[in-house]
Amino acid sequence: MITLLFLTSGLFLGWSLGANDAANIFGTAVGSRMVRFKLAAIIAGIFVIIGAVAQGAGANDTLGDLGSVSTLGAAFTVALAAALTVFWMTRLSLPVSTSQAIVGSIIGWNFYTNNPTDLGVLTKIVGTWISGPILGGAFAVLLFMLLQLATRKVRLHLIYKDVITRVGLVIVGAFGAYSLGANNIANVMGVFTHSIQLTPLDFGWLVIGSKQQLFFIGGIAIAIGIATYSKHVMNTVGKSLMPLTPEAALIIVLAQSLVLFIFSSQNLSNAIASIGLPPIPLVPVSSSQVVIGAIIGIGLYKGGREIKLNILGSISLGWIATPIAAGILSFFMLFFMNNVFKQEVGSIEIKRILQSETEQDPLQNNDPKTYHPGSLQNDSLVNH
Amino acid sequence: MSIIFKHARQLVVEIDEFINTAEQGVLVFKEGVLNYLNNEKESFADKISDIDRLEAAADRLQRKIDDEAYQHSLLPQSISDVVSMLDRVDELIDIAKDNLYLFELELPFFPENIRNEYIRLTTTSVEAALCVIPAVRTYFREPVQVRDMLSKVYFYENETDKISRSIKRKLFHEMHELDLAQKIHLRYFALHIESISDKAQELADALSIMALKINI
Repeated sequence: MITLLFLTSGLFLGWSLGANDAANIFGTAVGSRMVRFKLAAIIAGIFVIIGAVAQGAGANDTLGDLGSVSTLGAAFTVALAAALTVFWMTRLSLPVSTSQAIVGSIIGWNFYTNNPTDLGVLTKIVGTWISGPILGGAFAVLLFMLLQLATRKVRLHLIYKDVITRVGLVIVGAFGAYSLGANNIANVMGVFTHSIQLTPLDFGWLVIGSKQQLFFIGGIAIAIGIATYSKHVMNTVGKSLMPLTPEAALIIVLAQSLVLFIFSSQNLSNAIASIGLPPIPLVPVSSSQVVIGAIIGIGLYKGGREIKLNILGSISLGWIATPIAAGILSFFMLFFMNNVFKQEVGSIEIKRILQSETEQDPLQNNDPKTYHPGSLQNDSLVNH
Repeated sequence: MSIIFKHARQLVVEIDEFINTAEQGVLVFKEGVLNYLNNEKESFADKISDIDRLEAAADRLQRKIDDEAYQHSLLPQSISDVVSMLDRVDELIDIAKDNLYLFELELPFFPENIRNEYIRLTTTSVEAALCVIPAVRTYFREPVQVRDMLSKVYFYENETDKISRSIKRKLFHEMHELDLAQKIHLRYFALHIESISDKAQELADALSIMALKINI
């Protein structure tokens, strides 16, 4: 029961992710009124769960490398800080990145517990924040050119083109939802995988492990977020940044789905490695950034006149604000969780503190020691 | 999924049928006016009944197209443009029918020495409409080509204006044998015939913008 209580912050984060990031999958389709919201929500909900359970492990491992949030209390707090950040940004109708919120939040935990942040992993993650939208833009332009070529070659009646585009949006949206689940479930449940161990479900022909169960629960939370709160953000993404034709919408969703899939597919990464190329990092990618990269790509290809730069500016501000806000919030919430609610939030390496203390201090030692602040009432630790 | 394609197929057939009906209506108008001017009463009566039938068919088809497009949310982004364009196509056949009926009701007298001008006016005005209708078809299949097709419409509309002006000048400056009532009556018929090319031009203007909007 207590586990479920602590898991609520992750479920809240999942709900926020669904509310916000489904817009990146179906926002353009719903915004351009090619797909009804109800249909989009059902498809996205189903496929996001399948993607999370079937392919969510790869990106989850990368996030674990950034910070192995080891206690249930800390996992609860880190996820809650990210969720509150995402929720707040969503209320402002900004396509916020859940990936950035959780990364900021984990770094907040690293800071609070004085755990070192692996700069290599952080660089890898931040690298995808840059390469994701660029790749999204490149895919979008390429696909857009192919579509234009195909449109010129095949003289389809406008009505048939409309129906094919509509069916395409649904299929590509399903693929996108699958990729979103696979790539972003780590954001939702990643921090809990070290602290919650569920009994594997053995069906004889199929064993569902603890991680998969957590991913399934997280997937359901995402699906509920899509169904209950994503409509408004879908309309923001679909209409605000640049006027989109349904064909452009199809391209954007496909480009974005490909990027998410690439950054979450272990098989693809292995295949690339097997031919001697560097493996693709499996990292939770910001789907918001990728979709905006794709929209800008098409916008630039069409001459760049249609891009509304003021909206682009406010979205970019959200990107910077998200990890910082989540990190600060996480840090202070951990402090309260630790000192007010007396919950363990993970180990604190006190090497830096020891070095600054006097020789009389009982904590002084040449070797760094690990203390559990939940069981300490040391003033020097409160400074964190 | 097959249901969606079935509805789409049906709508495509209906749109094509609607455009064909409008085109036939305009052709019937032309033949009807020529029959009247050549005093071919029987043929003219046939044309009146033909245009009546075609106009009713066009109205019926237009209602079906509107219903189906909205009911199945087809072309969500351009449906209002498409419906308004088809409405303009329908106006062509409506006005053709109304004008042909005016010949039957008012029985205008065309003196021999101006009849040829009215034949030219009718042919040119109808030509503008006959040029815009293929552009409507092309809009559905190859919108990029639409703008290139519209130059002929503007040309024939301009020519129609010129012929109409020349008729009016002739009526009021040269044909002193006609009394004022006859002159005004004939001027109105020049305006009625001219209205076909005016409607064609309005449709061309709308099409031109729509083609720009739809090109990705």
